[in-house]
Amino acid sequence: MDINILRQIGVVLGAIAFLAICWWAFSPKRKKRFEEDAKLPFADEQQTSDKEAREGETSTGEVAGDKQKQGQDK
Amino acid sequence: MTTTVAEAGKLPDYDYNIVRQFTIMSVVWGIVGMGVGVLIAAQLAWPALNDLWQPFTHFGRLRPLHTNAVIFAFGGSVLFATSYYVVQRTCQVRLWGGWLIPFTFWGWQVVILGAAITLPLGITSAKEYAELEWPLDILIALIWVAYAIVFFGTIVKRRTSHIYVANWFFGAYIITIAVLHIVNNLAIPVSAWKAYSAYAGTTDAMIQWWYGHNAVGFFLTAAFLGIMYYFVPKQAGRPVYSYQLSIVHFWALISIYVWAGGHHLHYSALPDWTQSLAMIMSVILLAPSWGGMINGIMTLSGAWHKLRTDPTLRFLVVSLSFYGMSTFEGPMMSIKTVNALSHNTDWTVGHVHSGALGWVAMISIGALYHLVPVLWNRKEMFSVKLINAHFWLATIGTVLYIASMWVNGITQGLMWRAFNADGTLTYSFVESVIASKPGYIVRWLGGAMFLTGMFLMAYNVFRTVTDEPKEGEVRHDENLPIAKNA
Repeated sequence: MDINILRQIGVVLGAIAFLAICWWAFSPKRKKRFEEDAKLPFADEQQTSDKEAREGETSTGEVAGDKQKQGQDK
Repeated sequence: MTTTVAEAGKLPDYDYNIVRQFTIMSVVWGIVGMGVGVLIAAQLAWPALNDLWQPFTHFGRLRPLHTNAVIFAFGGSVLFATSYYVVQRTCQVRLWGGWLIPFTFWGWQVVILGAAITLPLGITSAKEYAELEWPLDILIALIWVAYAIVFFGTIVKRRTSHIYVANWFFGAYIITIAVLHIVNNLAIPVSAWKAYSAYAGTTDAMIQWWYGHNAVGFFLTAAFLGIMYYFVPKQAGRPVYSYQLSIVHFWALISIYVWAGGHHLHYSALPDWTQSLAMIMSVILLAPSWGGMINGIMTLSGAWHKLRTDPTLRFLVVSLSFYGMSTFEGPMMSIKTVNALSHNTDWTVGHVHSGALGWVAMISIGALYHLVPVLWNRKEMFSVKLINAHFWLATIGTVLYIASMWVNGITQGLMWRAFNADGTLTYSFVESVIASKPGYIVRWLGGAMFLTGMFLMAYNVFRTVTDEPKEGEVRHDENLPIAKNA
């Protein structure tokens, strides 16, 4: 087989892979899930302050309460 | 359908000790690496400085020390610190790996000291950004494997079902750097401190620049994009602009970057088709690079006003502007006809520093200013004014640096290619050196300003860490997490 056929197959497969990733990422079915995933960096804040509150550190109770509310808003 | 919620239960006891160690060493190695940079910039403007302590202070020996110190000592420490921090916070587990964790820290410091001793002695493999000789290369490989075990072990243990995008970038960087480092440094040792490359001629050059460009692509880009995807949202207080775009960004960036290395070898013995392939892939690379840059900057939409008051956020956002600029410049310079003018001139040096100072160093500095108060349980840095001063020193320093190198590079390129009617060269080489002198002085000034900013940072970090926190200075901030005490 001519090496160029292989090269052309490679280009087509690469293009299909790229389109498949775009389709997978942008399909409306997964929109909500990715919106949730994007919040991951903020997910452990509430827990942290809860624990600080449990350990009875000064003036964290209020903050933990605020965060709980924030967490529910999500 | 929620994928990010962690199991209820006890809060993980994050390992901040290792993050603190690498954070401090980032500031220290940043000053050392940039200090050597300012010295060698001065040597180009005032050559007598080469003779401080010959042959150890010769430009040719200090230049690899500068590049290794800023990339691997400063950049590497920042990446260890941030990746260990981000992987814990977004997987909601303590770092896994036992003794391997301190091994990565102490091992890395030994490698840096080894580089600081061997490079001025002239012990080098002569491969750019891979100058260290084989005993140090083996140690780096061991540390890197330990790093991978710690990082991926922590991901395996995660309490969240989803792996956050920053960890994908960090993971790609760790795997790719392991492959690049090991393949490029395969060599036959002939003595304790000398080995010869396993490859010959053009193949050796191609493998070297496959390594060299992907050191840029994965060490200095992918990994720092991992920093962007965590620290920009955190500091702006809102999630990343488009998580879907971040997925496409990741796969497009890592699959295209690996093809671009050949553009370092334009008009060389490398086959012409390989050069053209590298050029085309480099131009395509503009798309994922800008996709990621836009994703980072747009994260601020609706929070732009924070830039007025928060110099840390300013560092992060301006670093993205420099990233956008240098990832436009790079593809342009990889086009063969442009490269015919820019190759081997100071334009290349300016381009590298637009990325290295403007993007890598500034996003690192922004991330460190975010990290230090969290790690030491303070509400904010000792002085926000000093952060602001640092920001302006860094920005103006970078602009002076890259502008002077543009002028120098284009001047050199034009002078070298100028012919007389009879076919002889219009200028001798030394005439282009003389024409470059003003640019070298401005470049030194820009670098010195950037270094001054780093000293302000060191003082600011020192005071933040050592001052006893007053009432109300202990961290319990709403947008930013409360750090645990050691």
